[in-house]
Amino acid sequence: MYDIDTDIKDIDPAGFETDAADHDYLTELTRMEPADASRLLDVGVDTQENARAGSFIQKDRSVIHCKSHRDGLEIMGISQAAARYEWLRDYIWKSVNPDTDKFTAQVKEIPHEGYFIRTLPGVKIAQPVQSCLYIAKEGFSQNVHNIVVAEEDSEIHIITGCATAPHLTKGLHVGVSEFYVKKGARLTFTMIHEWGEKVSVRPRTVTHVEAGGILVSNYISLKPVGNLQMFPTTYLDGENAVARFNSVLVAAKGSHLDVGSRVILNAPNTRAEIISRGITSGGTIIARGDLVGNYPGIKAHLECKGLILNEGLMHAVPELRATVPGVEMSHEAAVGKIDRREIEYLMARGLDEDEAVSTIVRGFLNVDIEGLPPSLKAKLDTAVSETQKDMM
Amino acid sequence: MLLIEELKVEVGGKPILKNINMEVPRGETHILFGPNGSGKTTLMMTLMGFSGYHITHGKITFKGEDITHMPIHERAQLGIGISLQRPPTINGLKTRNIVEICGAMQGGADVEKLARELNFSEFLDRDVNHNFSGGEIKRSELLQLMAQQPDLVLLDEPESGVDLENMALVGETINLLLGRGIQCPAPSDGPFVNRASDTAKSALVITHTGHILDYITADKGRVLYEGVLCFTRNAREILKWIRQRGYEGCARCTI
Repeated sequence: MYDIDTDIKDIDPAGFETDAADHDYLTELTRMEPADASRLLDVGVDTQENARAGSFIQKDRSVIHCKSHRDGLEIMGISQAAARYEWLRDYIWKSVNPDTDKFTAQVKEIPHEGYFIRTLPGVKIAQPVQSCLYIAKEGFSQNVHNIVVAEEDSEIHIITGCATAPHLTKGLHVGVSEFYVKKGARLTFTMIHEWGEKVSVRPRTVTHVEAGGILVSNYISLKPVGNLQMFPTTYLDGENAVARFNSVLVAAKGSHLDVGSRVILNAPNTRAEIISRGITSGGTIIARGDLVGNYPGIKAHLECKGLILNEGLMHAVPELRATVPGVEMSHEAAVGKIDRREIEYLMARGLDEDEAVSTIVRGFLNVDIEGLPPSLKAKLDTAVSETQKDMM
Repeated sequence: MLLIEELKVEVGGKPILKNINMEVPRGETHILFGPNGSGKTTLMMTLMGFSGYHITHGKITFKGEDITHMPIHERAQLGIGISLQRPPTINGLKTRNIVEICGAMQGGADVEKLARELNFSEFLDRDVNHNFSGGEIKRSELLQLMAQQPDLVLLDEPESGVDLENMALVGETINLLLGRGIQCPAPSDGPFVNRASDTAKSALVITHTGHILDYITADKGRVLYEGVLCFTRNAREILKWIRQRGYEGCARCTI
């Protein structure tokens, strides 16, 4: 169901604390402590809840806020959902095997909540739902289990921001996520990570998409993170199912990002696209992409571009596998430095060399990400500019 | 405006320009003819300061300043603008943004208006030069120069790849850019001022085919042949000679 490449710095979950104090529930997000609120804002959480269909905020192991503003949209902690819905047994640990690795085992053994988000059949929610998983306690291992169910013909956009408290020097986030996109449903999932420089992150995600379903997954990590390893797997099980992945990664010195996506195309007319942009400036990026074509006529494309500024390691691993004839699968991978001609072209338009480089870097990271609210898009543009300034 | 003295340039260790002496006075448009590989583009790129063009001898002076070794952006800020033959694509950077960058040197430009005038509005939200046809590249380059308003305009084959429908538009835009062929009414409350000549820019235009001469007026023409300027005359006259005798014959008859 999920396999892991172990080509990464080893992290021992036993070296982290699994107990944390409970935090009080907040009826209004605006009552959040200002320091925490500003970190949430950085990852796209709107504490005013303007233009948000609902919110789920977890701090360490406590769900501190959770609210749905729409009929047909359910948001709650996973333990509450499990108590309410007996059928959830058919979803929990059905896509991800707890024995996959020591991280999934830890989530099984010592679970710390996580979200349950569900749209009822036919419910189309235009405004995004926001969620945030936040680590405040030093040395804590946050082990969450998330379930998203987009019932038939429903539509939902989840923006999930993950962050740590300022000055946190050690932490581990393990997130097991099992997503279900039912017939004709559409799930857009945008994840923005701002973990600390010393934090280890191990998301373990599997999505199943039924006939006519669409999964759009965006992943953005611009700020330094200790080390991150994830390789979400998506199964396109029904006819005409579609998956699109966009990732934008920046690895500064000390950051190790091993990030990829795998899509397994099992049904007629299924389509998949993986687009990744990575910039390393002293850090390591391993950008993986794996497409598996198991049905004739499927279409899949993988595009992975990397830039090395100054120094660093950029390792693109694009893989295509087909088990039947008649598939249409392609990949495009390029790793390089900024083209001197582009820099000089912009200099001929009056920019000095540094300005020219930063303009090109901003352009490189400018992947069109579907469905982002304008405020978040503006925030990202700013973050990209700042990121690039930090590197110069 | 522009003075080139005893200029020798190497590309990849190979001498390309072998002793160029020329002057482009304020407000004059000079045409540079020459066959492929004669060094026309090398001269343009050297004047703008691009890397890979190694000056081994000589001096370039612009507005009285020695710019022989000046960085590219300082030349741009001093008032030199170039339209490249094959500019690079810049992924993720919108055409609108690069036009704004050009306009910033003049304290801002009305990008929408300029684009409408060049029939280029629909390209503003496309990545710079990405999948542009030859003619679209020329219009994009001219749009950038219109925003930049340089005092010396270097145009490298502005007509190549432009379709017939847009050729007149490109020609008019170049005239507009160079401050040529514009009727400039005298201010009613003052003495007559010859504005056209005040705002006229200097230009060096490379042409391979000479078609652009149907649209713009030139003060002078030169022929560059095997890295040597061998000929200076009226541009139309040169064009006629080249058509009759070819470049080689043209070069030989001056020796």
